[in-house]
Amino acid sequence: MPKVLPRDLADLQGVVDEAARVEGLNGFRTIYEVLDFDEMNMVAAFGGFPVRYPHWKWGMEYERLSKTYEYGLSKIYEMVINNDPCYAYLLESNSFVDQKLVMCHVAGHSDFFKNNYAFQYTNRRMIDEMANHATRVRRYADWYGVDEVENFIDKVLCLENLIDRHAPYIVRTRKDRDTDEGERAAKVDSVRRMPTDKEYMERYVNPDQYMESERERVQKEEKKQKTFPAEPARDVLQFLVGYAPLKRWQRDILEILRDEFYYFAPQAMTKIMNEGWASYWHAHLMTKKLMLPSELLDFADRHSGVVAQTGKSLNPYKLGVELFRDIEERWNRGCFGPEWEHCSNMAEKQAWDKKLGQGRQKIFDVRKHYSDVTFIDEFFTLDFCKRNGFFTYGFDKKKQDFVIESREFKEVKKKLLASLTNSGSPVICVTDGNFENRAELLLEHRHDGVDLDFAYARDTLRNLQYIWTRPVHLLTHFEERQVMLSFDGEALKERPVGRQV
Amino acid sequence: MGLRIHTDHHRFRAIVRGRIKQNLKDYIKSGDLISKQGEKKLTIPIPRVELPHFRFSDRAQGGVGQGPGQAGESVSGQPQQGSQGQGQGQGQGKGKAGADASEHGVDVEVSLNELADMMGEELKLPRIEKRGSKRLSSRSLKYSGVHTSGPEALRHFKRSFKNALRRQIASGNYDPNNPVVVPVREDMRYRSFKVVEKPQSNAVIIYMMDVSGSMGEEQKEIVRIESFWIDTWLRRHYDGIESRYIIHDAMAKEVDRHTFFHTRESGGTMISSAYRLCAEVIRQDYPRDEWNIYPFHFSDGDNWSVDDTRTCVGILREGILPIVNQFSYGQVESPYGSGQFIKDLREHLHGHPAVSLSEIKDKDGIYASIKDFLGRGR
Repeated sequence: MPKVLPRDLADLQGVVDEAARVEGLNGFRTIYEVLDFDEMNMVAAFGGFPVRYPHWKWGMEYERLSKTYEYGLSKIYEMVINNDPCYAYLLESNSFVDQKLVMCHVAGHSDFFKNNYAFQYTNRRMIDEMANHATRVRRYADWYGVDEVENFIDKVLCLENLIDRHAPYIVRTRKDRDTDEGERAAKVDSVRRMPTDKEYMERYVNPDQYMESERERVQKEEKKQKTFPAEPARDVLQFLVGYAPLKRWQRDILEILRDEFYYFAPQAMTKIMNEGWASYWHAHLMTKKLMLPSELLDFADRHSGVVAQTGKSLNPYKLGVELFRDIEERWNRGCFGPEWEHCSNMAEKQAWDKKLGQGRQKIFDVRKHYSDVTFIDEFFTLDFCKRNGFFTYGFDKKKQDFVIESREFKEVKKKLLASLTNSGSPVICVTDGNFENRAELLLEHRHDGVDLDFAYARDTLRNLQYIWTRPVHLLTHFEERQVMLSFDGEALKERPVGRQV
Repeated sequence: MGLRIHTDHHRFRAIVRGRIKQNLKDYIKSGDLISKQGEKKLTIPIPRVELPHFRFSDRAQGGVGQGPGQAGESVSGQPQQGSQGQGQGQGQGKGKAGADASEHGVDVEVSLNELADMMGEELKLPRIEKRGSKRLSSRSLKYSGVHTSGPEALRHFKRSFKNALRRQIASGNYDPNNPVVVPVREDMRYRSFKVVEKPQSNAVIIYMMDVSGSMGEEQKEIVRIESFWIDTWLRRHYDGIESRYIIHDAMAKEVDRHTFFHTRESGGTMISSAYRLCAEVIRQDYPRDEWNIYPFHFSDGDNWSVDDTRTCVGILREGILPIVNQFSYGQVESPYGSGQFIKDLREHLHGHPAVSLSEIKDKDGIYASIKDFLGRGR
């Protein structure tokens, strides 16, 4: 596919990249490729990559994109992938001003990929890696059959959100917890011995019989505590890679897919910021530097399309760009810190201007150190919420419809954060890989007030069982009760556990 | 360039059509896209296969929106669909599923050719052996090569000048500062063509239907459905296909498609009239060397008299069977018809290779009947 970038676009890229550099953006070198709509749909269906492992889901996405394009419902202007060098695609039929806008947008993304902390551990050679994955999967398909391999991939895809999104940034299991055997024995011995400095008293203060029984008790307890896994495993896929009885090719495919899930995870974790940042920069670069007067209307049209709000749903582009602008303005005027927080005089607050001019510096810091959750947590203020008219909605059983519930700042923020936490997926971990001492698998859903979709949960459990081969269980809550969902390969069982919560 | 995605796409279509991977059948959702075109609402079916995940129940979860409205007011549209008309971001289409998955059956959009193929596979229909395809051919010219001689009108500028340039560089006559290239006689190249003979096959379907009083709406419906499938199948196999329609009661006449399916005559039945007209049509318009001919006749099996039946057999033997690929007779069961005609045909034409007879009891019988008609690959 190596088409040479047409001369005019190559020149344009030079101009845009230079303008971005002067503004302080520091992205990867970007390679643009011009695609026609069909190629664009294909690449988009592949998640931005030119080659992916064979699977029908790409075909499904391709069909959706082709149809929506065909009927004029949507059009992909641009795509950019996190790689070094950064690859970005331009739609051949775009007008010149579109391409300019897209390049500005891409400059923002590229900078974000390179500098945001969430992306620091992603594979920057993913474009090659993906191609390797494709080759491996294809080879397995040749050896073991297309259906066999695809079916297995289907099963794994059902579990794609059972990864530990924060694993790259923190150490969850501490090595020093498991001390070696001798040390533990010493601990047992030392424990519970009454202190006495008179040797002859020893037999009376710590009678042998008592010491023996105590030692046994402690040992028993230790054994009980020695669970497998030692700590709940949030990276369920990793656990399966390690312990599920898989064939070699299956294990390899599981690892391949897990790799890819981890590669995409930061993008889901920073959707609002990433899009907001890119939108901020395309608007800034275009309006302040690059736009010709004659391009104004086209630019305004495209830009408003990007940040448009359909119905009352939340548009991450819009939320992101507005939040960045809000931050910039606040730090320019000095609207932060204890002095600002404690000021209750509205008039004073409105006229507040310490002329600090730290806005630009601040948003660059923010784009480096935050992800969506922390971004919203820190910068989504009461003032911002009121100004932009946010609300929470929920399902009204009487009306059988989703209705507006509240405009309370606290409620809005809570819900918004909840929807972003763990990228909107429930937190589920493996708590016991040898449940009932029968090599069964126990998963626990950390219930935080929102129930699982049970129809989905049942089917997912079936697929998990296929991989684990022994019975699997999921402990969760349903309508205020603790429920154990089990599948043993033949029948699904649901039974209430313990007391009412 | 052939897109790599086509294999995946093909596979997805096969899943949606239920041909492979039955285990995914439960996850197929229709997910229509609705767009407006002028006044009309257009529904574009976009099937999806949604693999299950552990996820929150939409209803229990709720979410955050933006915009005006009082508490208690409905949030129009789906929550969090995030359909930003433009800008796809960097892949990872993590849009949440719409909450309004309709529970009706899933309409799957298929093209007629696909439909024909599906039918073919389902009924295990053989591919049709075309007749006359070798005898009839159309000629066309294909510009496929380059020669050193030819008419000036066909000279190949680019090649000629390339040759000239090559020669000049080789002989040292080329000056990059003054890049003048002058082709001489030997440099000239001309396009040359080949005559390609393209085999061609044409087919005509002649539908005949009894529209006498005894053929009710239900019978016609059966004929309509059956002829649709026959049409689809034959069109899959022939590029140029023509259809002719003949209706008859005691008299036969040729009509257009609409009339064919919608008239209701009354009165007696003389099947021979239709066969006579059919033979006439073939004789006039469709020489057997050039055409694949498929007459189909549908009736409820009532004929005027034994004499007329004898005439029919005569016409078939003499005028129709020798020149057609296959003559098909479908007898639709009707409360008024005696159903005698098929028995007579069976008696007189038993074992004739070009005759295909089928009795159609009701709508469910259509399936078997199509197999009777088309199962022989003629």
